[in-house]
Amino acid sequence: MKEKIALEARSINKSFYKPVRIDVLKDITFQLNKGEYASIIGRSGSGKSTLLYILSTMDTDYSGELFIDGITTKGKTDKELAAIRNEKIGFVFQFHYLLPEFSAIKNVMLPGFKLNKLSHEELEQNAYKLLETLGVEKLANKMAYKLSGGEKQRVAIARAMINDPIIIMCDEPTGNLDRKNANIVFNIFKELTETHNKTLLVVTHDLSFARKTRRIIELDDGRIISI
Amino acid sequence: MRQKYLIEIANALMLARWKQTLVAAIGVMFSISLFVTLLGFMEGLNKLLDGMVINRTPHIRLYNDIQPSPVQPIDLSKNYKEYYNIVRSIKPANTRKEIYNFQEIISRLRNDNRVEGVASKITAQVFYNFGNIDLNGIINGIEVEKEVKLFAFGDYISAGKFLDLETVSNSIILGQGAADVMKANLGDIISVTTTEGEQFSLKVVGFFQSGMAEIDKVQSYASIKTTRRLLGVKNTYVSDIQIKLEDLDSAPKLALEYEKFFKLNAEDIQTANAQFETGSGVRSIISYAVGITLLIVSGFGIYNILNMLIYEKMDTIAILKATGFAGSDVKKIFIFISMSIGISGAVLGAFLGFLMSLGIDAIPFSAPSLPKVNTYPIDYGIEYYIIAIIFAIAMTFLAGWMPAKKASNVDPVIIIRGK
Repeated sequence: MKEKIALEARSINKSFYKPVRIDVLKDITFQLNKGEYASIIGRSGSGKSTLLYILSTMDTDYSGELFIDGITTKGKTDKELAAIRNEKIGFVFQFHYLLPEFSAIKNVMLPGFKLNKLSHEELEQNAYKLLETLGVEKLANKMAYKLSGGEKQRVAIARAMINDPIIIMCDEPTGNLDRKNANIVFNIFKELTETHNKTLLVVTHDLSFARKTRRIIELDDGRIISI
Repeated sequence: MRQKYLIEIANALMLARWKQTLVAAIGVMFSISLFVTLLGFMEGLNKLLDGMVINRTPHIRLYNDIQPSPVQPIDLSKNYKEYYNIVRSIKPANTRKEIYNFQEIISRLRNDNRVEGVASKITAQVFYNFGNIDLNGIINGIEVEKEVKLFAFGDYISAGKFLDLETVSNSIILGQGAADVMKANLGDIISVTTTEGEQFSLKVVGFFQSGMAEIDKVQSYASIKTTRRLLGVKNTYVSDIQIKLEDLDSAPKLALEYEKFFKLNAEDIQTANAQFETGSGVRSIISYAVGITLLIVSGFGIYNILNMLIYEKMDTIAILKATGFAGSDVKKIFIFISMSIGISGAVLGAFLGFLMSLGIDAIPFSAPSLPKVNTYPIDYGIEYYIIAIIFAIAMTFLAGWMPAKKASNVDPVIIIRGK
C-alpha cells in the first residue's frame, strides 16, 4: 500500500505573522497515489500556491508532516531536501524559467548533472528523446532566450522529467499560454500520467483545464473543501 | 564529475556578463602589476641606497680604541677594596692603535665558517698640499683585491684602474671631491704631508666616488704598503680588521663574541649604520601599505561585480535551487567565478608587473655619485610576485565569499512566486 502513495500531507498548517497573523493553510491532509493526475483549484488567495511550494519542499516554514515517496521531510537539511527535489520532484512554472545562458538541451540536462547518475552522453540522449516526445527536438541547440512561450514551456516540461521523478508539480503551467499551447501542454500531461505512470499535481485557476483532470482538490480560505 | 558542471554553469554566467568580468579581472591585473612594480622599484632603490653604505662597510670591524683603562690602579689596591672609588677626568695612556698578532687573528677568522672574508686596513691622517693650502685628508691603506671582492670597492671607482694601486708604487686613488679641489688629473703627482710632518709624492691612478660628497672630499685610498710607508711603521702594522660575514644579521652577536675572544673593540654594522636600516624599513612598509591598498580596492571591484551578477541572475539561482541544486552548489559556482577573476587577474598582473619593471629598468638614470648605475634600480625578487599572487587569491576569495553566501541563501519561493 505504502509504495503506491507518491505524496502525503498530514495536517499542514501555515501562518503569516506580518503584518498581522493570517492562517494561510489550515489542517491540510491528503494523499496522492502514483499515476494520479490531480489539480488544486481555488480562488486567488485561497493558499493553493503556498501549498504547492510547501509540498515541493522549497518552503519549510510550516507545521505538520509531509511524506514524499514514503520519506518524511521533517528534520532534513537544505542539502538533503535539495537532493529529494532533484531526484523525486519535477517542476513546471507559470513563467518558463529556463536559464537564458544555455541551449534548450543543456537546460533539460541541468538537473541530471546534479543527480550525476548517467554519463554526459546518456543524459544528452535522454534529453533529446524527451524533447522529441514533446515535439521540440528541432530546438535542442537553440539558446533558451530565443524560444517562444509555448516552446519554452515544453522544454521546461522536458527538464522536469529528465531525472524520471515520481511526481511533477506545476504552478499555473498554462497561465501564460494561449488556448492552443495550453491544450498541447494538457495533452502532454495526460499522456505522462497514462503511459508513463507519472503523478501530476497542477495548481491552476483555469477551471476548464482542471475539469479535465481526474481529481480536483479545491481549496477555500486555507481549507480543503473537496478532494 | 559534478564539479565539471558547476564550472560549466559558472563559465556560462561569466560569459553572459563578460564585459564586467573582464573589467574586474583587469582591475586585479592592474593592482597586482602595480604592486609588483612598486615594490620592485622601491626595494631596488632601497638596496641601492643601503648598498652605498652597507656594501662599503665591514659587517664587523675590529680595532683598538683609544680609551682610558676601565681598571684604575686604585681598584687594584687591597686597602680600598671596600670603598666606592671615583676617579674623575681619566685620560687614556699612550696606547697604540696597532693590532698585535694580527696574522694569528686573521687566520683564525678565515677558518671560522660564519665569516665570508677578512681584509686588513690602516688609516693615515694627512694633509693634501695644494699650493699654499693644506686640505684635511684621510688615506685608507687597503688590500686592494680583497677590498674589491668583499666590499665592492671597484663599483665606486669613477676613473682609472684600482689594480694600479698595487702595481704602481706610491700611487693613490683620490676622492672625487678632493681631486676636484686640487684640479688633479689621472697621472698627476700630488704631495701629501703626514701628521709627523713628512712630505710624500703620490701618483694619482684613479678617482673614487662614494656618493657622499663630504666623504669624497676627505677620503682617499692607497695600498696598505704605501700607507705603512707614509706612517713610517713596520710592515706588519695593521690598525683595523674588516670582516664580512655570511649572515649580516648575526653581526651584533658575533661582534660581542670576537670582542671578548680577541680582547679588541668590535663594531657591528647595525650599530654603525642604524639609521639606514630604519630608513629602508619604513620605505618598505609604506610601499607594502600602498600595494595592499591597491589590492583591496580591486577586491571591492570584484565584490561589486559579483553582487550585481547575483541580482541579475536571481532567476537562474532560484531555478537551480528549485531543480535540486543545494545552496552549497550555488556558493561554489559564485566562488569559482570570483576565483577565476582573481587568479587570471593575478597571473596576468604578475606578468604585466614584470614587463613594467623591465620598462623602468630601461629608463636611463644617472646619478653623479653612483658611477656604476645607468638606469633606475629594480629588484626582481620572486617574493613580491608570490606575496602579490597569494594576497590577490585570498582577497578575491573573501570578496567572492560574501556575495556567494548571499546567493546560496536566495529563497527560490520568493523569486518564483514574486513574478
